[in-house]
Amino acid sequence: MAKEKPVNSVNLNGKKVVAHEGAVGVYNSKGSILFDVINYLIVGLASITTVLPLIYVIGASFATEFELQTRPMFIIPHDVTLDAYKYIFASNKLIRAFGNSVLITVCGTIINLFFTVTMAYPISKKYLKGRGPILTMVIISMFFSGGMIPGYILVSSILKLRGTYWAIILPGAISAYNMMIVKNFFQGIPQELEESAYLDGCNDLTTLVRIVLPLSLPVLATFGLFYAVGHWNSYFSAMIYLTDSRMYPLQLLLRSIIVQAEASAGDMSLMDPNFVEPPAQSIKMAVIVVATVPIMCVYPFLQKYFVKGVMVGALKG
Amino acid sequence: MDSAAKTPAKPRKKGGSSLGTEISKHLWLYIMLIPGVLYFIIFKYLPMGGIVIAFENYVPFSGITGSKWVGLYWFQFFFKSNWSLYLVNTLVLSFMSIILTFPAPIILALMLNEIRSLKYKKLTQTLLYVPHFISIVIVVSITYVIFGASGLIGRFAAQVMGHKVDFLGDPKLFRWMIVGQNIWKETGWGTIIFLAALTNVDTQLYEASMIDGANRAQRLWHITLPAIRSTIVLMLVLRMGSVLDTGYEQLILMANAKNRSVSQTLDVFVYQSGIQNSQYSYASAVGLLKSIVSVVMVVGTNKIAHMLGEEGLY
Repeated sequence: MAKEKPVNSVNLNGKKVVAHEGAVGVYNSKGSILFDVINYLIVGLASITTVLPLIYVIGASFATEFELQTRPMFIIPHDVTLDAYKYIFASNKLIRAFGNSVLITVCGTIINLFFTVTMAYPISKKYLKGRGPILTMVIISMFFSGGMIPGYILVSSILKLRGTYWAIILPGAISAYNMMIVKNFFQGIPQELEESAYLDGCNDLTTLVRIVLPLSLPVLATFGLFYAVGHWNSYFSAMIYLTDSRMYPLQLLLRSIIVQAEASAGDMSLMDPNFVEPPAQSIKMAVIVVATVPIMCVYPFLQKYFVKGVMVGALKG
Repeated sequence: MDSAAKTPAKPRKKGGSSLGTEISKHLWLYIMLIPGVLYFIIFKYLPMGGIVIAFENYVPFSGITGSKWVGLYWFQFFFKSNWSLYLVNTLVLSFMSIILTFPAPIILALMLNEIRSLKYKKLTQTLLYVPHFISIVIVVSITYVIFGASGLIGRFAAQVMGHKVDFLGDPKLFRWMIVGQNIWKETGWGTIIFLAALTNVDTQLYEASMIDGANRAQRLWHITLPAIRSTIVLMLVLRMGSVLDTGYEQLILMANAKNRSVSQTLDVFVYQSGIQNSQYSYASAVGLLKSIVSVVMVVGTNKIAHMLGEEGLY
């Protein structure tokens, strides 16, 4: 903000005001300092409350059941124990679901990027004939959709993809919104680079692979993360399309362990029945932690890129 | 979105070369287009055409073309059922969340904007954005383990109130839980769009106001708020357009036998009748009704925004 540089006084509406005094005064008055203190406190409190549930769950996943039921609120348990983690990793259900989620996320993201890039690149070329109608087609689809039921009928009765991972991955292969941003990025690449590639004997495909894609790595990383987080977090399409519980991703397993089990309180039958009765509450916490860890690992990158992505969208929109 | 909508109107390359020579010249570009175009036709446009089943008695065996045409039967059927329950549940939840969750990111963004220590701002923002990336299943799971009977708050409430508080089953608390989850998950993230709008405020205005002797409250009221007013109106128009969308992913997870009377919204109804009970045509008809109301709401609120002298959505 304005530096404390003495400025000549100015005459406003007959009132003599010294500019620098005004500038400093805005922040130095009693009311202003009080406002700052309260503002910093409230924002600080809000951000702590935001992460507190997560920190509590992490701490509680290492606690004994006794401590969980007797101590009110704590972050670091007195008795740190790995029992909950030992228990959940003893049965292969969680490991399998974790593997399924990784498989869906990796394959899904590769398919997303392939479809997004192969479509965005041609329509980023203004000289391409037939580009207009294709763009219109994409934009209309951003505003109208057939809704849940026609989409479900298409995937399950017409394409007969029910029970396969294709049913989860294919219907969301391209996000029109992401694709348009990638297209805009491709349009920003200097035309001369591609022209010189053509002179060196490249065709459109080799230009894309050798020149354009290496230049687009940050963008591809951003949208790869966009898509990957979406895959990792989704449960709904897995729930309606998957028929074999051995194929369930982690989010769906989490749902059955915690949300559905709550109705039949403490029902842990989904876990290995031969195991000794473990601390039920901390097991749930541990499963939540395992499902959240991958997101937390990429969070620093997410924050950096996602904020930029939303900003781009906000400015364009 | 606006710039994207204009792109197709841009002039294409002039010249008489026929489509055939054009394709052979850029063969690879056209080959690359195939997967994407097929995707949009199959997964976006076929379902749009599939809306006709709302006017049919769709039987998977006979297919869309072979099923019997029933006209507006399903719409009449819906209005003979206890449709008002679904509508009331939807509207109450929606307006509760508009009143409570819509202003939250605006207030938070204004508060963040007043923080002058960049380090502190960055730190708090980093923390505030976290829940946005957490899946709804995990959000609901955390709610269950904390608010459940043996959870932290569940036990605490039982001690304070002297009796068990059924946070997860009590119909009176259901909507508060849903709104609370949304506030927790999206308030921080929602600030981004307003913070972006705030960066566009002309700093000269602040300097001028200082010279005029405006205090911070006056600056907030006369400069900052007017600067983001059009963004607020735009977001409100969009939000009103989705007033009938309560979403179903979160509600399905939070719904149970005890809170049925309030958790049944139109979205949940479409999911239950369409996917769980295979009443495809009925569910599509209700879904179509919802989309029509959404369009009317967007056009209506946009009109109101225009009347108030705002730019609105279009």
